Parts: sequence; C-alpha cells; structure tokens
Amino acid sequence: MHEASYYIQLLLSGITVGSLYALIAIGYTMVYGILRLINFAHGDIFMMAGFFMVYLCTGMSPLVALPLVLIMTVILGVLIERAAYKPLRTAPRMSVMISAIGVSYLLQNLATYVTGGLARAYPEIPGLKNTIQLGSVSVNWITIITPVLTILLVVVLVLLINHTKIGMAMRAVSRDFETAQLMGIKINNVISVTFIIGSFLAAVASVLYFTNYGQVSPMIGAMPGLKAFVAAVFGGIGSIPGAVIGAYIIGVCESFIKANETFSVFSNAFTFALLICVLLFRPNGLFGEKMTEKV
Amino acid sequence: MKNKKFLIVSLILAAVCIVGVLYVNANMRYSMLASVLQKGAIYALVAVALNLLNGFTGLFSLGQAGFMMLGAYTYAILTIPVAERIAVYQYFDGGIIQFCLPMAVGLVLAGIVPMLFAWLIGKPVLKLKSDYLAIATLGFAEIMRAIIQWKNLGPLTNSSNLLKRFANYENILFPMVVSAVCIAIIVLMINSTYGRAFKAIRDDEIAAEAMGINLAKHKMIAFMTSAFFAGIGGALLAMFQSSVQAAAFTSAMTYEILLIVVIGGIGSVTGSVMGAFLFVACSEWWLRFLDDPLPYLGVQIPFMRGGFRMLVFSVVIMVVVLFFRKGIMGDKELPDLWKKRPKKALKKASKKEVA
Repeated sequence: MHEASYYIQLLLSGITVGSLYALIAIGYTMVYGILRLINFAHGDIFMMAGFFMVYLCTGMSPLVALPLVLIMTVILGVLIERAAYKPLRTAPRMSVMISAIGVSYLLQNLATYVTGGLARAYPEIPGLKNTIQLGSVSVNWITIITPVLTILLVVVLVLLINHTKIGMAMRAVSRDFETAQLMGIKINNVISVTFIIGSFLAAVASVLYFTNYGQVSPMIGAMPGLKAFVAAVFGGIGSIPGAVIGAYIIGVCESFIKANETFSVFSNAFTFALLICVLLFRPNGLFGEKMTEKV
Repeated sequence: MKNKKFLIVSLILAAVCIVGVLYVNANMRYSMLASVLQKGAIYALVAVALNLLNGFTGLFSLGQAGFMMLGAYTYAILTIPVAERIAVYQYFDGGIIQFCLPMAVGLVLAGIVPMLFAWLIGKPVLKLKSDYLAIATLGFAEIMRAIIQWKNLGPLTNSSNLLKRFANYENILFPMVVSAVCIAIIVLMINSTYGRAFKAIRDDEIAAEAMGINLAKHKMIAFMTSAFFAGIGGALLAMFQSSVQAAAFTSAMTYEILLIVVIGGIGSVTGSVMGAFLFVACSEWWLRFLDDPLPYLGVQIPFMRGGFRMLVFSVVIMVVVLFFRKGIMGDKELPDLWKKRPKKALKKASKKEVA
C-alpha cells in the first residue's frame, strides 16, 4: 500500500487535469447550448493554441507571447465559426456536425504539415515549473495555479452570463433560437461571443496543459477534447457549473485509474463508459434542464 | 426491355472490370493502382455499410472503426495457423486459441462477432437521439479498443502487439469480389420492404411509427447489418495490410469513412462506392506529387513538402462539405442518371399532344 502523500499527489494531479477539462468543457457546453452542435474542432483549437505558443516563442519572450496566443486563438475560433458553421445555419444538424469533423481534420492536417508531424517542445514560462513543498507533498506552481485560475474564470463567466446584457442574450438564444431572433437579438453576434469565450478558455487551458505536459503534437487535441465533451454531457449540457463539476470528477477518476497498472489502459475508456451510463440513466446530465421533443 | 438492357450493360461492365483487375493482378501486383483498387474496394464496403445507417436509416453512428476492428481481430485470431502462433503470440506463450479455421469461415465470423456486439450495444444506445447516439457509438469504439489492448486479454488478442501471418488472399480480385457481393446484398436490402421502412424512419420517425413500423426492431436490424458488413470490411483490411493492430482503428478512421459517405452523397450507394475510390486514390496516389519537394519543369514550387497533400485534401473536403453539400450523387444512384431521360421524352411527347 502507498502512503497518504501518494494519494494526495494523485488527487492534486487529478484536480489539475480536471480544471483543464473544465476550461475546455465550457467551450463545448456553451456552443452546444446555443447551436446544438458538438464542436468537434474545439479540441483542435486547443492544440493550435499550443502551437501558436511554440512558434511565437521562437521570436519573443513567453510573457509577451502569452497575450498574443490568447488573441490569435480567439481569432481562429471566430474565423472557424464564420467560415464553417455560419453558412450551414439553416442546414440540418448533421451537416453542421460533419462540417465540424471536417474542420478538425483540416486543423490536424495543417498542424502536421507545418510541424512535419513531430512533437515540439513547449516553451517554459518562467516560474510556473518551480516546485514548493507542502508538508510531505511537493507540488508545481502550475498545480496550484490551474484550479485557482479555473475557478476564478468560471466565476467571472457565470457573473457575465447572469448579470450582463450579452449574457442575457446568450441565455435567451439557448432557450429558443428563433424567438430570440424575433425579439431583436443579433444571433450572429451572440454566437461570435460564445466562440470568443470558448476559444479564450481553450487557449488558457492549452497554456496550462502544455506547460505541465512539456510538448505539443498535431493529434494531441482530440482526446482532451472528447473528454471535455463527456464532462459537459455529464454535468448536463448547457450548464456551466455542471460542466465544471463533471470535469473535476472525470479528472480525478482518470488520475487514479492511470496510477493503477492493470487498468491504466482504461483511462480513456472509463470516460466513455461514464458517458454512456449518464446518457442511459440521466440523459440530461447532473444539472441539465429537461428537454421536451416537439413533434 | 429496359431492365434486360440494363442487365446486359452491367454484366458487360462487370466483365470488363474483372478482366482489368486480373490484368493488374498479373502484371502490376504491387503497383499503386493495385493497392488503390484493393483499399478502395474495402473502404467502399465499409462506407456503404455506414451509409446504410447514416444515409438510409438516419442513425448518426460513429462506431464504424470499432466494428471494423472487431471484425479484423476476429478474423486474424481465428485464422493464424497453429504452427505460427508461438511466433505471433511471443509474449503470451502462443495464446489460448490452438486451432485454425478456414478463411471463408473466419470471414463470416468476422461479420457475425461485430454483429453480436452491435446487438448488445444497440439495445441501450439506439434509444438516444442524433448527436448523443453519435458520441455514444464513438465512445463504444474507444472502449472496445481499450479492451483489446488490455494486457490481461493478451493470450486472446495479443494485447497491443501486432497480429500477423493469418490466412491471406493471393489475387487482388478477392477483396473486390467479396466487397461487391456484400454491397449487392446491402442494395437488395435497401430495395426490400426493410429498406423502405429504414427510409421512412429517416424521413420522420413519428410518422413511421404511426404507419406501423416497429422503430426499435428496424433500427436494430440496420445497426446489426451495418456492423456485420463493417466487420467483413475490417477483416479484408486486415488481409490487405497483412497485419492488425488496435491502435490503427481510431476515431480518425471513422471520420475518414464518414467523409467518404459525405463526398459520395449521403443516401447513395453508388456515390459511396465512387467516393471511396476517389478518396483512396486522391489521398494515397494522385495527390502524392504535392508531398514532393522536387522542382517541376525547373520551377521550385513553395509549400510543397511532406504533409501538403493531406492539407490540400482536407481543404477540398471542406469545400465539398460547405458548398457541395449533396456530394457527388446526392441521394441518387448511378442508374438513375439514365432513367431520367425517358421521362423527359415522355413529357415532351405529352406536350406535343396537347399542342
């Protein structure tokens, strides 16, 4: 049996991973709430943010590159929405999803082309990798910063959605797309803002994730993306606190499963098993609103 | 009369194709053309199987790679000669299966095993709606992949190591004929009462149910049939590559097959077949020159280096997805293109009469 500090270490790394999933999951859940679209490209936006950082840091210091990465990722997200999803606004939902899969394929191939398919070392941001000793457990600064920053961002986001005009518009659009349009809400602006927020959070997550992980490769976005989506479904799609709690549960479980030698293969499979159980027994997730199907 | 003519034309075309393939087999067995023909045929079968679900029944499934993997593994595990097992299962003392089935039996079982899994999975999952179904089937494919790679199942599946040296075909006509027969069976099914029920479910579930179609039963039949043929496609793919490894059957493979269906036209069998050959030929052969940094006609073209091919290819796919949403065929079949003509002639004739 291991010591208590071993389990604390696992718990902490689970919380870190969970925070990152939470940041990505918010992007999924907001887009799904408004467009009813599983944005398969979201995981790849996260990956692209990693590469932006790698390439910007060849010419400037990481601290200067950081805000630029955030801005570029946001632009990329909005661009994708304008180019690939907006023309299909009236098309069946399946076409939009196929378009999202196409974008994901495109981004992965683009990254493979630019990098030559190799993993690149992620630039180190000064100070983040220093370790500190907390009792018997030694932790990175990043392990502490990640959950704190995540919670902070989530609180800001919830305030934004509940107390500002654009937040109210978002809630209205996610409740009823067409009526909101009739009420004079500019749908396209709302959708753009959704993508801005989603991409921004994905960029933040990418900085934290890759600083921890050390390298970026073209296919790396798919798995965290899918897991974050599962977290969003688990928490009840469309609900931000739900997505965050779902992400923490998945992150912690995954960290413990990965540590077990016999079952470590199942760390990804577990996430999907959880998804299927949720869909079967509580299709609206933990905090989701009940949807009624109209004939 | 028309039917007879159509039959004769298609028989002649089939004969020409067979002669062509035999020629390729005899003279350029290891050329790019031969490999595109084989892989294209295999992808055509898998794409048509997926189209049966996505295009004809309206069930958006993303589990195709998972079923292919099950088929490939079933076939490979059952047809490795007993003498070779020690070498293949080198880390697991030759594995636990100590018999070898003939190729044909292995191929049929490669369809039946995924079909049984589809039955198990379908029971709970088919109740889900559109995109939830997609993500649940995708999840099942990933779970299955993890189970096959599990160390404790090593004696059966060889864990994450390669399976190889199983029974294989000599003539490249084999995968093409198998896939043609399977596609023909799917077409027969689509044209039967089952097929009409599938289309009714796709167009309006509630109306279909009101017309007395058993939704659960028909969805299950479509799902199991699709899994059966995906499994056979997987087995053929295993033979084509002469090795199997679970790591290859990722969700990226499912996406590729889905994109083939989209390029060919959702709801068109001939479209899927053409899409498959086009997709394989473009991605593996025709666009290869884009990866080549060598100068053309003395001009060094910038951007052309490894990976550019796939980038151009994915841009083309995005253009199809965005601007040619119907794909090559829409929901029409190839013979429909000829059938149109007599109708127009009839209309003209009737107009003349009126005049």
